[in-house]
Amino acid sequence: MGAAARFILRRKGGKGWHWTDIVTWVWLTGGLIIMFGPAVWLGFSSFKTPAALAEFPPSILPYVTSQATVEGYDKPLQLFNAKMPDGSTRVLAEVRRIGIMSQMVDPKAPGEIVRININDRQPVRTLSFATSNYTEPFVHFDFLRYLWNSVFVTVTATLITLVVNSMAAFALSKYEFRGRSAAMLIILATLMVPLSVIMVPLYSIISSLGLFNSLWGVILPTVATPTGVFILRQYMLTIPDELIDAARMDKASEWQIYWRIVLPLTAPALAVLAIFSVVWRWNDFLWPLIVLSRRELYTLQVGLSIYSGELNVQWHFILAMTVVTMIPVVLVFIFLQRFITTGIAGTGLK
Amino acid sequence: MTSPSPTSSSSSRLGALLMAPVNALMRLIDVPLRGLQKSTGIGGMAAFFLAPNMLIFGIFVLLPLVINFVYSMTGGTAFFLAERNFVGGEQYARLFTCQNYLDPMSCQEDAFWTAVGNTFWFVILQVALMILTALITALILNRDLAARSFWRAVFFFPVLLSPVVVGLIWKWILQRQGLLNFILFQFGDTEPYTWLTDRTWTFAATIGVSIWAHMGFYALILLAGLQAIPKDLYEAAEMDGTKPARVFWRITLPLLAPNLLVVVVLALIRAVQIFDEVYVLTGGGPGTSTLYLTQYIYETGFASALRNPGLAAAASILMGSVLVVLTLIQLGIGRKNENKGKR
Repeated sequence: MGAAARFILRRKGGKGWHWTDIVTWVWLTGGLIIMFGPAVWLGFSSFKTPAALAEFPPSILPYVTSQATVEGYDKPLQLFNAKMPDGSTRVLAEVRRIGIMSQMVDPKAPGEIVRININDRQPVRTLSFATSNYTEPFVHFDFLRYLWNSVFVTVTATLITLVVNSMAAFALSKYEFRGRSAAMLIILATLMVPLSVIMVPLYSIISSLGLFNSLWGVILPTVATPTGVFILRQYMLTIPDELIDAARMDKASEWQIYWRIVLPLTAPALAVLAIFSVVWRWNDFLWPLIVLSRRELYTLQVGLSIYSGELNVQWHFILAMTVVTMIPVVLVFIFLQRFITTGIAGTGLK
Repeated sequence: MTSPSPTSSSSSRLGALLMAPVNALMRLIDVPLRGLQKSTGIGGMAAFFLAPNMLIFGIFVLLPLVINFVYSMTGGTAFFLAERNFVGGEQYARLFTCQNYLDPMSCQEDAFWTAVGNTFWFVILQVALMILTALITALILNRDLAARSFWRAVFFFPVLLSPVVVGLIWKWILQRQGLLNFILFQFGDTEPYTWLTDRTWTFAATIGVSIWAHMGFYALILLAGLQAIPKDLYEAAEMDGTKPARVFWRITLPLLAPNLLVVVVLALIRAVQIFDEVYVLTGGGPGTSTLYLTQYIYETGFASALRNPGLAAAASILMGSVLVVLTLIQLGIGRKNENKGKR
């Protein structure tokens, strides 16, 4: 509360409102709404029933209209708050509508039919979260499978990335050998080779290796990231060589030096790379879209986009699955955002 | 060897338990590696450490890069190089065959030139608007704000979202009965806008959505640049009673210029490759109004019934050469900045 008040009341130099204070205030509040609003709207919408999603104007919270089974009528009837001619309000069930008049009955005493102008009645609505939006796609569609595929790709690719990149970074930072600068140059040069430029030949390589329609075909091309080697190497350069020389005196093998000395000391950089890698691999779309053509192999991203592109879009399921797809990234954002922002500010890499 | 084990500082017993099998595995790997080290010497181990990364790199990045040129000079629909016939520069010629060079629709590959035109305007408008908003955001975040890290996080949030999620969120908001039309309806606009079926609106929507998704990233880099400007410059300006506008034009902007240039080039490189969120949001439509280059390459190479990998490769090489030029500019700027720092 204190921070909020300070934010609202802060002014430049403390002497009245400068125009820049107003711009700041408008920009930040607007930013808060525009940046978070769509995701929050998605979250609320994902709990609505199909009927509530089709409503216009939409309500923010997920409401459902109440119904009641009334004696003498087969189908459940919709409940309304009806304003009676004498000014009192009663809860009535609608039997049918004729023109602007609605025929209603009291659910407790269904004998007498009351006629009410449709403008004098409001549907009874209760707050209700349609959790079946979340459970059904997992049970009836393949979304559990997609979720598993996504988790498998993300975890495996991140682990391989960490091992392979840190080994390369170790070699490039702690050894003098011929061709070191050439290797460094090649790695840096490929920073400028995006997937969109090499997707045709990469696809043919993946298929000749028998990796088409395999999660490994998604994982392998992504793991030798130049970014990762670059970040880790920069960090390892700061580790004093004396530590390694001392270990060699103690007859430690090079592998032990890598595993027991260099890696633990590189932990902060490894953590940053791990976070980046998880977000990258979780969010990957174009490459999995090319490599995976069988439904049971789709990752969440591919599965979602395919389902949302089908003719009868079942928005209530799509919205719920979008939220599920968003969850890991939101968790990373809440708990690890600081690492990412300092990582980007420091290296300019995404 | 006495084991100097910095990992044990984590001290939790669970951690030690989890690490036990990993450590055992590493000890197991060490046995053959000691043998290897004996035969190659310490220097030779560098090759061992470098090998996995370079192998994956070579197979999945360098090799495709090289054979992409071969692909662009072959024809047919087969994917394996052995089954493709050499056609020389035919694919390039096909891309450049036009009756009237001022009208993309008169070209043989009109979809390619439509994609080029769309991408061109997208890049210009998106980068200009995005850098402007990112600059304003960075300037505001650089003020003496309460809870600055919170506000920084607010603008950064969409950067982490996956393009598919971004596309779906906005598809939901921009649909005919969506939130945006509802808000406009509240302000008295009775006729709902067709954001995703009208050509102009859809093009604008792809620009707006991609700015929403990426702006925070660039604001973050610009903010770091602003914070690196020495405070005493501002103090001196204040003592001289310099007007704020003059301070901005004479101190802030010139000192931020190197960062600004890097950010512009980076944004250009990314914008040229725009695909994911647009593909989910509009699918390139209506018609070809939001068909961008990467989608053209993807569809020519894989998705369409008349797929032509050679043509897709040729188009991707043309796009790649634009990216190479942009990257060289970026590296040039980077080097210049470094030299400045040294002086």
